[in-house]
Amino acid sequence: MIGRFFATIGRFVLDGLAGAGSIALFALNILSHLVRPPFYWREFLQSVLQIGWLSLPVVGLTAVFTGAALALQIYAGGARFSAESVVPSIVAIGMTRELGPVLGGLMVAARVASSIAAEIGTMKVTEQVDALVTLSTDPTKYLAVPRVLAAVVSVPFLVGIGDIIGIMGGWLVGTERLGFNSATYLKNTWAYLEFWDVGSGLVKGAVFGFVIAVMGCYYGMNSDRGAQGVGRATKTAVVAASVLILATNYLLTEVFFSS
Amino acid sequence: MIEIEGLKKSFGKKVVLRDVNLKVAKGESLVVIGGSGTGKSVLLKCVLGLVRPDGGKIRIDGKPVDGAEREAFLARFGMLFQGGALFDSMTVWQNVGFRLLRGSTRRPKDEARAIALDKLRRVGLGPEVADLYPAELSGGMQKRVGLARAIATDPAVIFFDEPTTGLDPIMAGVINDLIRSIVTEMGATAITITHDMISVRAIADKVAMLHEGRVHWHGTVAEMDTTDDPYVDQFIHGRAKGPITALR
Ligand SMILES: Nc1ncnc2c1ncn2[C@@H]1O[C@H](COP(=O)(O)OP(=O)(O)OP(=O)(O)O)[C@@H](O)[C@H]1O
Ligand SMILES: [Mg+2]
Repeated sequence: MIGRFFATIGRFVLDGLAGAGSIALFALNILSHLVRPPFYWREFLQSVLQIGWLSLPVVGLTAVFTGAALALQIYAGGARFSAESVVPSIVAIGMTRELGPVLGGLMVAARVASSIAAEIGTMKVTEQVDALVTLSTDPTKYLAVPRVLAAVVSVPFLVGIGDIIGIMGGWLVGTERLGFNSATYLKNTWAYLEFWDVGSGLVKGAVFGFVIAVMGCYYGMNSDRGAQGVGRATKTAVVAASVLILATNYLLTEVFFSS
Repeated sequence: MIEIEGLKKSFGKKVVLRDVNLKVAKGESLVVIGGSGTGKSVLLKCVLGLVRPDGGKIRIDGKPVDGAEREAFLARFGMLFQGGALFDSMTVWQNVGFRLLRGSTRRPKDEARAIALDKLRRVGLGPEVADLYPAELSGGMQKRVGLARAIATDPAVIFFDEPTTGLDPIMAGVINDLIRSIVTEMGATAITITHDMISVRAIADKVAMLHEGRVHWHGTVAEMDTTDDPYVDQFIHGRAKGPITALR
């Protein structure tokens, strides 16, 4: 009984490690393809459109509401120390360093990791991936590399736009509801914002983009057969990408800001 | 020339290929027959390296196929998948011209399209389907687009997995003639899987029958008709009674 319990746990841990190992190998393989021709430009540009451009609405909406709520909370919290005037700068720092990249990353994970996994998973179960091989085309190079690169380029861009929209959300609430003067609000936003506040968020965005696309591609490529297999691959890709985004966010924050 | 020696493949506990030995000479058309689920498709995928065999040797022109050899082999190879395996994000002509639009066989777009349309014509599809998506075609039309894609760059070795399944008898005849002419006119080596005895007679130089994970019988079409092997006899005449149990 107890033996079986430990055996189950042991198998769980071993499976987990094996999975992590093969994901790591997959990611390294993708990186190695970056320096080996050919590069599929058309697929890359299509992916930029899919991942970057078409994610703008969802990232923008997330950012504006987050910035707005943040302004309300900081105002309420600041009022306890009669420090309401910190609202603009804390909203800006909070958006650019943490909430922009993390919430943006999670929204893109939901949208993009799922669609990549479903698309590649369906190609896998309908033998389209096998067909690529017989047409002298490396599936990793053709399917995964353009998507991963597109995500690495696009997500920082989305994060940057999200930062601006989030700060505008804070500004809107600040001026309309909290009685800030518009010019003063904007001046305070700029006054205390440092380059690295924004830069670190953009770097996080690039890492999250990598995580999202690699998870989508990995679980898609390893999808089981049938509709159920694709469904499972999609779900696992989103969960794995989301958890990894939160974990790497903590690690990156530790590396960037703990001194 | 393709040589398969002692090929083995199991999925979990299920043994599919026990010990397959087979030789296909250059310019020869081999037809593989055998009951549903006997591992015919798996056999082709093992040769291509899409499925990793558990044991055995596969040599093409005397050399084992791996790494660079495999790339060189695939460069002059074409395959029709049983399910078509068309890229559903591309139009029909882009599917057919996949190779002509990329890599070392790349041509200008107009030329690629012209070749694609010509190949489509050879499988009985007109230019009006060229700009449709695979999902807008019937099953038999998809199959023929898959066939056009397989022969788009005039490969030296071609595998056809059930080329006439799902086609009407007239169209099946057209496709049989096409496959035969690819072998006789272009000197291609072909392995075709089919259940259709009319196809077997139209296409085959040699016939191999797969049964219980082995090549149970191997010979010419003429030998197939005169053999007293009860398994082959039951199969080619489609009798329910015989050594092969249809119901379990
Ligand atoms: N990827 C796979 N995973 C598990 N089992 C598989 C896989 N591919 C094939 N099989 C099994 O191998 C056996 C042979 O399959 P295969 O597709 O080669 O049959 P076939 O001879 O081509 O049959 P048909 O004439 O119906 O196409 C089947 O029982 C199938 O269930
Ligand atoms: Mg089959």
